[in-house]
Amino acid sequence: MRTTIPVGPYHPLIEEPELFRVVVEGERVVDIDWRTSYMHRGIEKIAESKTYDQVVFLVERICGICSTSHPIAFCNAVEDLVGVEIPERARYIRSIVAELERIHSHLLWLGLAGHYIGYHTVWMWSWKYRELVCDLFEKISGNRQSYAMIKPGGVRQDIKASEYGGIVKAMDELEPKMNMLIGAILDDPVMLARLKGVGKLSREDAVKRCTVGPVARSAGVDIDVRRDYPYAAYDAVEWNVITQTDGDVLAMAVVRLLEILEAVKIVRQCVDGIPEGPILEEIPEVPPGEGIGVEEAPRGECFHYVRSDGTNCPYRLKVRAPTYSNLPSFRSRFIGERVADIMIILASIDPCYCCTNRAVRMEDGKPLRMLDEKNLLDLSWERTKELERSFPQRSRSWLEI
Amino acid sequence: MKSVDPVKSLQERFPDAVADVELRSDSRVYASIVPGKVRDISRFLFTDMEARLIILTGLETRAGMEILYHFSFDQLGKILTLRTVVPMPEPRIDSIATVIDGAEYIEREIADLFGVEFIGHPNPARFILADDWPEGEYPYRKENKGRYPYRTEEEQEEVRKRIRNKGTK
Amino acid sequence: MEENERKLSKLSRWGLKKSPWAFHLNTGSCNNCDIEILDVLTPKYDAERFGIVLVGSPRHADVLLVTGIVTMQTYPRLLHVYEQTAKPCLVVAIGACACSGGIFDGSYHMVGPLDKIIPVDVYIPGCPPRPEAIIDGVVKGLAKL
Repeated sequence: MRTTIPVGPYHPLIEEPELFRVVVEGERVVDIDWRTSYMHRGIEKIAESKTYDQVVFLVERICGICSTSHPIAFCNAVEDLVGVEIPERARYIRSIVAELERIHSHLLWLGLAGHYIGYHTVWMWSWKYRELVCDLFEKISGNRQSYAMIKPGGVRQDIKASEYGGIVKAMDELEPKMNMLIGAILDDPVMLARLKGVGKLSREDAVKRCTVGPVARSAGVDIDVRRDYPYAAYDAVEWNVITQTDGDVLAMAVVRLLEILEAVKIVRQCVDGIPEGPILEEIPEVPPGEGIGVEEAPRGECFHYVRSDGTNCPYRLKVRAPTYSNLPSFRSRFIGERVADIMIILASIDPCYCCTNRAVRMEDGKPLRMLDEKNLLDLSWERTKELERSFPQRSRSWLEI
Repeated sequence: MKSVDPVKSLQERFPDAVADVELRSDSRVYASIVPGKVRDISRFLFTDMEARLIILTGLETRAGMEILYHFSFDQLGKILTLRTVVPMPEPRIDSIATVIDGAEYIEREIADLFGVEFIGHPNPARFILADDWPEGEYPYRKENKGRYPYRTEEEQEEVRKRIRNKGTK
Repeated sequence: MEENERKLSKLSRWGLKKSPWAFHLNTGSCNNCDIEILDVLTPKYDAERFGIVLVGSPRHADVLLVTGIVTMQTYPRLLHVYEQTAKPCLVVAIGACACSGGIFDGSYHMVGPLDKIIPVDVYIPGCPPRPEAIIDGVVKGLAKL
């Protein structure tokens, strides 16, 4: 017997209220569909009536978590259109800001993933360490989120030499904590049992669905915009592209966790190697033409296309956020999974999209009972508890660190 | 992996369908293609050349409705943009969602916002606009310039009233 | 009869002030304000120690934390959620978008701002407002009751 569970559209933690219609047979998922529009704000159209300088602030508000990725991608597109080279110092500042954002975004994801499987310790701890980065942003840019650091032709604000010390200190503080957190998560048998083999995405499917970012990398597709289309200062520093082969939720967690360490490495090198000089190459006017900008956001490739007709506003701006490409992979990943795993698979792509608040269980077209976020969470937590019981000698030592 | 130039092999394979190839820089290539061939070309690029579809862009110009197909060759570090122009006011083009799964949602989005009909799309339901959005209105078309993006307070009140009268479900 | 009702409403208002339960509703924001709301609950600000919890159903909520511009698609759902919330409840508009529409004001898919749709008790401006501002706003709102 088939049952449809609408998952969404409301949930406390999401970027966008979304609706997933999950068709289940018993405990197993057999189909899934996606309906959006809840968050459609018409940004691309609004951009046509704003000047290039204003659009930066607009695209910054596409997503609050990737609030540096979109401006960088947009500025890359405008710079591609105009054909300017940005000053060396601006490149390094862009890299520093983007990598700090990656740390904060991945920590945020890790916390939410912990929340969904009922490990509130992971949630609280990773969000506690995330505050280090938020404080750092406040020092550098004046705002905890939406930093307004990027501008076509360079950066809007400089990072002062007196602030280098604070950045290095925060990284020194963060790194051992990250190592501890990574060790704790990868050693935990319940975590492994809960995440391993769940929501598997094969390499073929990852390619077929055109996935990007950590989702593709976890399935063994070796792509990273930072290496393939170098921008900012990524070609001047040493770092590695993290890939895994399993494509399950665990592999995605591993990719993100190790990327945090890579990001720490990049930030350190950028602070060391940052040259003196101007931070902005003025763009007096934008000629008619078109430009493409790509950027590796924490969630994957962020794509902006700008068409100009010679006026001071874009003629057309097309934005492709990474989740847009990653979401369709759900279809390959959900089929055959348990209802209790819905939350964590939704969360594994990106915390922005795990929206499960008001769900009605339908049976033969009639509402049977309300399944709200709590019910689905309970289902998920029950499963963790069940697993916990099967590992009686589980080490709790990391909790006492 | 691929030592051959994808643009060159595309031209060799479809000599009549590809025109105006333009190498703007090392990583950006633009080309125009015939709208009728879009499905074959996409299949060739996606399966034979192992390109990744980034996204489609809809864009209205004087010449008609431009639909751009952005492909990425990650190993080569090249973004190839294919340009097709279909005539207004009833733009129609073959759907490529049947050959590339990743194109399904973006085609639905362009259909919503620009009113482009994608022939052969497996599931052409409304995607990005609200359930209450009136049929046959396409906010991104230039004929609506001045009307969109901005709505006045009175217009907003009208929309609110219309949705409220329908009642909440 | 009226006397009893008045006493009852006084009682329920008094009850609201202690450990309010909040329901968070995103009506088309960029996630910034939403993250800051969650930040309020995590160790640095730790509002949970006062019994402030995010709940999963509007029926359990004393406080509605609303972010975003109210898009056409969320509008009927917003009304639906507001109907379900037990009254009296405190409606808090968080962020520039919920207060006025912010950078998206007048967009074709927007029907807000929030106070055109449901009565709002507290406005917390900012893009995004700091967690301290959110705590301060909710406390001030509760004091008003």
